[in-house]
This record gives sequence, C-alpha cells and structure tokens, in this order.
Amino acid sequence: MTLSIRLRHDFPGVRLDVAFEVPAPGVTVLFGPSGAGKSTIVLAAAGLLRPAVCRIEVDGQVMADTETGVWLPPEQRRVGLVFQDAKLFPHMSVETNLRFGLRRAPPGPIRFDAIVELLGLGSLLRRRPHTLSGGERQRVAIGRALLAQPRLLLMDEPLASLDVARKAEIVPFLLRLKTALRLPVLYVTHDLDEVGRLADSLVLIEGGTVAAYGPVAEVASRASLPFAQRDDAGALVECRVAAHDVARQLTRLEGAGATFWVPLLDTAEGSACRIRVPAREVILAGKAPDSISLHNVIPGIVRRIAADPVRRTVAVEIGLPSGALLARVTPDAVARLGLAPGENVLALIKSTSIEVLGGA
Amino acid sequence: MPLAVLTAWILARCSFPGHAALNAVVHLPLVLPPVVTGWLLLILFGIRGPIGSLLHAWFDIRLVFTAAGASLACGVMTFPIMVRAIRLSLESADSGLDRAARTLGAGRWDRMINVTLPLAAPGILAGAIVAYATCLGEFGAVVTFAANIPGETQTLPLAIYAALQVPGGEEKAATLSLISLTLAVLGLLASEYLGRRLNAALGR
Repeated sequence: MTLSIRLRHDFPGVRLDVAFEVPAPGVTVLFGPSGAGKSTIVLAAAGLLRPAVCRIEVDGQVMADTETGVWLPPEQRRVGLVFQDAKLFPHMSVETNLRFGLRRAPPGPIRFDAIVELLGLGSLLRRRPHTLSGGERQRVAIGRALLAQPRLLLMDEPLASLDVARKAEIVPFLLRLKTALRLPVLYVTHDLDEVGRLADSLVLIEGGTVAAYGPVAEVASRASLPFAQRDDAGALVECRVAAHDVARQLTRLEGAGATFWVPLLDTAEGSACRIRVPAREVILAGKAPDSISLHNVIPGIVRRIAADPVRRTVAVEIGLPSGALLARVTPDAVARLGLAPGENVLALIKSTSIEVLGGA
Repeated sequence: MPLAVLTAWILARCSFPGHAALNAVVHLPLVLPPVVTGWLLLILFGIRGPIGSLLHAWFDIRLVFTAAGASLACGVMTFPIMVRAIRLSLESADSGLDRAARTLGAGRWDRMINVTLPLAAPGILAGAIVAYATCLGEFGAVVTFAANIPGETQTLPLAIYAALQVPGGEEKAATLSLISLTLAVLGLLASEYLGRRLNAALGR
C-alpha cells in the first residue's frame, strides 16, 4: 500500500517538479523552507489546483493522471484538508461544522462519537467557531476533515498559527489519531520538532524539487544532505523501554541495535518511544575514556563524512547495527581521529542530551 | 431578487466570454437617464414590442400602463443596485471556506446554498433594502413606461408631484412626504437591526 505523487507545474520564475512514493497508511511529512512548493503539492492532492503534469495515487486508486485525463474534482476525491487557519464555517455551530462532511460522505469507519472523544470536543459542540481558541478551532477542523471519511488526509501547516503552548496541546491528539485511525496523512511543516514527533516518512522539498525521501530515521541521519548540516540536525531512533533502574534514576532504551541510557522515564517497560540525538551533542572518540560522567558510549562504523565549507563543520554518519547516528564535528577532529568511511568509532552522548519524543 | 443573487454570483465567481457585456447590461439602468430606461422598456414590452406582443398573445398579459408594469420598471431600475451590493459581499467572502466545503464533498449548488448565501446574507439584505427604498422613490422610468394612473401605477413621488400640480394640493403633498419619510427611516432602522443580528450570528 503506497501513496504516490508525481507532479510538475511551472509558476512564473519557478518550476515545481516532484515525485515520491511512500508507504500508506502513515504520516508523511513534507519538509522544506517556505516557498519550496509544499503547499502546491497539498493543493494538487486535494484537487484545488491543477498542475500541468500530475499523477496522484492512494492505495491503488488513481485520483489524478494527466496522461489518461483522469481528474477527480475535490468534492469527489474524498481527500480531507486541514488548513493553517481552521476555515470553520462561521455561521454554523461546532457540531454542524463537524457533521458537514459526514452528512455528505458515504458511510465509513470513522464515527462521530469516536472523533469527539479522540479530539476532546465534547464540551465544544454547541459553541460557535468565533468563541473558540486557536487550538480548539484547529482540533475541530481536524475532526471535520476526518468525519468526511477521507482516503487521504492533508494537513497544511496545521500548527503554524499556534503558539508553543497550543502546539504542545495538539500534538498528543495527533499522535492518538495516528495510532487510532490507520490513514495516509500528508503533513506539511517547516518545524523540525513536528517532524521528529509525527513523521513516519520524510520528504525534503527544496527549490521545487525533492532533495530526498524515505523513512524519517534514515533521511534525518543521512550526512550527505544539506539537511544534516542544519544547527538543529539530529538522528531519530525508534526505541523500546528495556528497563528502569530506579536506584540510579536511569532508564535503559534499546533501539537501532544499540543501548541508550536516559534520565528515568515514567513510561511502562516494553513500551515504544522515539528519541532524537542532536548531532551537535555527539562526541566522537577512538577509544573509550574512563572516569567520565557520560553514560552512553556507543560503538559504530563511520558510514559517510560530509563537509560544510561555509559553516566549517563536518557531518559524520555513524552506522549502528540497524540504524544510524549523526555527529557534527570540526574538520580538525576528523583529521586527528583519522576518521574515514569503514573505520570503527565510538559515539559519546550525555544521557541528558537525548530528547525522548514519546510514543511513535 | 433570486435573479439578482444569481447574476451577482455569476459576475463574482465566473469568468466567461461576454462577462464584461453582461456586466454592462446589468449596470445600464444605473447610468442611463431613467426616462430613457422607461422608453426602452416601452419599446420592448409595449403591446407591439418584441417581448410585449408575445406576452400579450400567449398569456394575455399587458404590462404597459399597469401596476405590474410599474413593478417591472422599478425592478429593472433597482436591479443593478442590488447586484452590486450582493456581488461585493460575495467577493469579500473568504474563498477558503468555499474550498473547505469542496474538500468536504459539497458540490456547486450545495456550497451555494449552505455556505456562500448564508455568509452573503448581510450583503443581500442591504441590497434588498436599498433597492426597496429606491423603488419607492422611482419616478422617471415608471412615469414613462406605466404612466401615472392614481391607485394603479402611481408611486409616492408621482403622487406628490401630481398633488403639487393641483392648486391647494400642498397639504396632500405634505402628508405623502411624511409617509415617504417614515418608510425610509423605518427601512434604514430595520436594515441596521437585521444587519447587526446577522453579523452577530456569523460571529463578526
């Protein structure tokens, strides 16, 4: 089961030419700077914009194909779209808004009560959209789109207009949706934190083309991408909570064939979580140091080394048995350690530098 | 009025060859001297006119010099005022809401009835009230097309004008003017009140 999108469109002065195929269901994040063409892809997938060349296929159903002349209009496509500013109908109550798509959709698996429960909308049903906070409005918009029984859900920077506190309020709901409804989701953002928390697949859009796409952990740690040179670059690792060591106030996580120690968590042993290891927090060493406060000394093999001449830094991709870490060091460090692809290396990471992103 | 809404919607949302021509025809009564409009109506809808003769032959309807004719003249004169008001409110509406409705599975007419029109309600109301007030004051086109027959095709200003032509008619003219004034003020108050209610319902 896949979501496959290919499109080309010429705007004055810019050409958008993208193609990618990702597993569905799952959350696919389109990431890139503003104006890179992310929103155009979303509008084309919704059918609100018709590119010159375009093919969109969800789970084997072709929604658009300019070669064969297939073009389903938005009202027949059953593609849910959540806008940056909720776009709730101001003349209807929250409940009427929620039921707008439901009434017009063929019977489907997504039930009204389930969505109200999942998104915590019970107390809002009789309210008018203009009396809601930004976060509440966005939750209603997500519910409204889901109740239209979509085959694909598009979210165009749904959290961009919210402040940090409101974002933090919505992300858990999005994570619950992800596990409760097995739906392909195309999610546009330029916030790396949302990528880390929500993405299964990552599509990097730059200057109207796809720079890279694939499973998020794999793309995020690929040293050869400009993405890896960002100040906030870092590897993502899917982990399992292996054991809590209450005496030492530590939790042991297993992931990517390696062991990570982090400050004690309160999640159950055996549960899944995702961690983010910032590249700038990773120290490389040839042999293990003794008497050091550090908990994580992780052996790996240098896979790729990519220098960024502008920032005078080097991104080093370290292969683990089933995953990778990313380290950012100076060219001098690479020379002193004699780092080269294929060499063994130790990655030293403070347990407090590892960000635990919660259930994936 | 539904015709005005439809025309406004076509002018606001659709682009097609002849868009400018339709726009011009709709606005013609606004820029032509009313007497010319009345005369054109007389030519078109007169018993021997191309439309009037058909109406007379098929349905035995005569518009010239009748109350229905006076209504037609008023309607034609106020049509552009109404279309303008409605079109403005349609154009200022958030097209994102229309897009949202599309992705939620609402077809063209569905969106028109459930999203576009309710949101344009204040504009439609304003257009209707201004048109009504203009109707009451219509003079030139009515007098040309439907004449000035007391109790049948006489509008308020026509009656006032007629009263002023008769010696000692000042009292009657004053009474009629007072009625005219009252109607106008009531109309404005009603429009203000309803407009505020509607906007509150829309959360503005």
